[in-house]
Amino acid sequence: MTTGSLTAGRARFRLPRRQIPVLATLVLLLVMYGIGVSQYQAFSNVQVIFNVFIDNGFLLVVAIGMTFVILTGGIDLSVGSVVAMTAMVSAWLLQEGLPAALVLVIALLIGPTLGLLMGCAIHFFEIQPFIVTLAGMFFARGMCTFISGSSIPITDGFWTRMSQERIGDPRGNFVSISVLIAFVVVAVAAYVLAYTRLGRNVYAIGGNPQSALLMGLPVGRTRIAVYTISGLCSAIGGILLSFYTLSGAPLIAVGMELDVIAAVVIGGTVLTGGSGYVFGTVLGVLVLGVIQTLITFDGSLNSWWTKIVIGGLLFAFILLQRLIGIRYK
Amino acid sequence: MNATMGRYRAVTGHRLFWPAAVLVVMLAANTIYRPGFLSIELKDGHLYGSPIDILRLSAPLILVALGMTLVISTGGIDLSVGSVCAISGAIACMYISKQSDQNSLVVVLTALAMALGVALVLGAWNGVLVAVIGIQPIIATLILMVAGRGLAQLITQGQIITINSEPFRAIGLGHLFTLPLAIFIALAAALLVAAFTRRTALGMIVESVGGNAEASRLAGIRSGRVIFLAYVLSAACAAIAGFMMTANVSSADGNAVGLWVELDAILAVVIGGTSLAGGRFFLSGTILGALIIQTLTTTVYAMDISPQTSLLFKAVVVIAVCLIQAPAFRARFARRRRSAPKPDTIADKPKEQVPA
Repeated sequence: MTTGSLTAGRARFRLPRRQIPVLATLVLLLVMYGIGVSQYQAFSNVQVIFNVFIDNGFLLVVAIGMTFVILTGGIDLSVGSVVAMTAMVSAWLLQEGLPAALVLVIALLIGPTLGLLMGCAIHFFEIQPFIVTLAGMFFARGMCTFISGSSIPITDGFWTRMSQERIGDPRGNFVSISVLIAFVVVAVAAYVLAYTRLGRNVYAIGGNPQSALLMGLPVGRTRIAVYTISGLCSAIGGILLSFYTLSGAPLIAVGMELDVIAAVVIGGTVLTGGSGYVFGTVLGVLVLGVIQTLITFDGSLNSWWTKIVIGGLLFAFILLQRLIGIRYK
Repeated sequence: MNATMGRYRAVTGHRLFWPAAVLVVMLAANTIYRPGFLSIELKDGHLYGSPIDILRLSAPLILVALGMTLVISTGGIDLSVGSVCAISGAIACMYISKQSDQNSLVVVLTALAMALGVALVLGAWNGVLVAVIGIQPIIATLILMVAGRGLAQLITQGQIITINSEPFRAIGLGHLFTLPLAIFIALAAALLVAAFTRRTALGMIVESVGGNAEASRLAGIRSGRVIFLAYVLSAACAAIAGFMMTANVSSADGNAVGLWVELDAILAVVIGGTSLAGGRFFLSGTILGALIIQTLTTTVYAMDISPQTSLLFKAVVVIAVCLIQAPAFRARFARRRRSAPKPDTIADKPKEQVPA
């Protein structure tokens, strides 16, 4: 009886430990939003939140892909460049006069193909993910400038419609189609991670690849799959970015991989792998978005404060992860 | 026959063979493309020519890569070097630009000392995060990589600070004994690091910490302190490289100084044969790696290709070098080659032991 209640009490105490980073992010987000609302009148407008989603839809999608990779204990530095390459290729093909549907298919195939190749190099040749994806990053960025040294505008009807379509009350609060696409990606990713065999494998490999292998899990296949998923997410992110900017520029999304990694870490995913949630990543992206909005609202702070604040938050959250000690090793 | 094969194996098996071969091939390609590539001429008592340029421009990268080699050999990684370059350059330029006499040697030395001091503090911050708090190196230094860019811009207030100081300019463009001063600075740093690591036990201690920090601690090595020092040294090297980069253009741009240098430095280290897993380091390989990267950049400029497109070539080189060095790839390749002349391999076995 006593033991039973003790374990029950323990279980109740232990259960939130895994979720503490995510809860901390949620609290932080609410506090920041509260500060914004108390300081600036216009901040309480619902459209402010919608704008955070509209401005960061592509970041959200890419961060979801990164979550998969980081959950296995890997890292993907190529995402920013793949985003830029996808936007660039679609802008270029549209300029060449290809139909929108075909361009969409081609653009969506490039990212996963590169991801697949990088995953194979990582798995079969046992080269560090860091180096392989670094090469992928160089390759994709080089391809951008190889296609064109300057920005290519998109005038295609489908693209402009996707960019200008407003869902909701056109004069009041609205979101763009990109936000809906991002939500679909989030929902699919959350389902895959929580309820499918692939998702279980991802967590298992992140926890301990050796044990996963001994358990007979398809370590290689899963590892290649996560980099392919990350490539696919980057490609979708690139399409969303081209909807957003209606152009392809060779130097767009430089350094985006850092924002993405920061968002995933702030969202509570442990970098050694094995622990984290898609929901946390959504919160992490929102935190970055709200920081930017706060700095824009303030007006007196310069853009570099964004970087300093993100750096500070990264530190705080990593320290928190360390203090809770949810690292397995 | 077998002796020649053995000698051939000994040469190709040497860890510096492939990097050196790549460098030679690149230089040869350049000479074929532009026959005057290797020529050096003496003008106003200074040597000029593409090889000298490559040496001068690779000096900052060599410095950064030296520090990175030690950090990587302890099993870590330092992503913040680019930001440290930007911060140190910004502080030095900011201080010099505020003084009335920018050409005074005292002013320049004070500026350098201040900037170096800040860099040491930043290195210590990284070191504490990794060695004391025990955060993963890639993430611990990511903090400073992101925030450091912001700090550099904060110092320069988002402006590009231009200065007009001869002594400071000399760090990047000055000459000594007909050769650029930057080469000597990089060489001196390399020799200093080599002397301290290879002539004393320090190098072996660093490698043992990289191999297994806990076992080294139990064996009586203060692992934490060694790791801490590696990050401080890396930041100091990055600061000096930052001075060179800003001195080259006599201005500090918080956004652009040292951008991507951490990636180039890691590449240089990997090309040089140092394992990213730690436990082994090769300073000579690192320097060779840095030269390869700079030669590649210069080649791309010389061939009239856009600088950004040079990333494409860099990607190819990285993948090629990594594949050649990857044990899994080698094993696969060797098995295929060996499967045909099988009796030969058995006869070769004792010979193989000799060079090793």
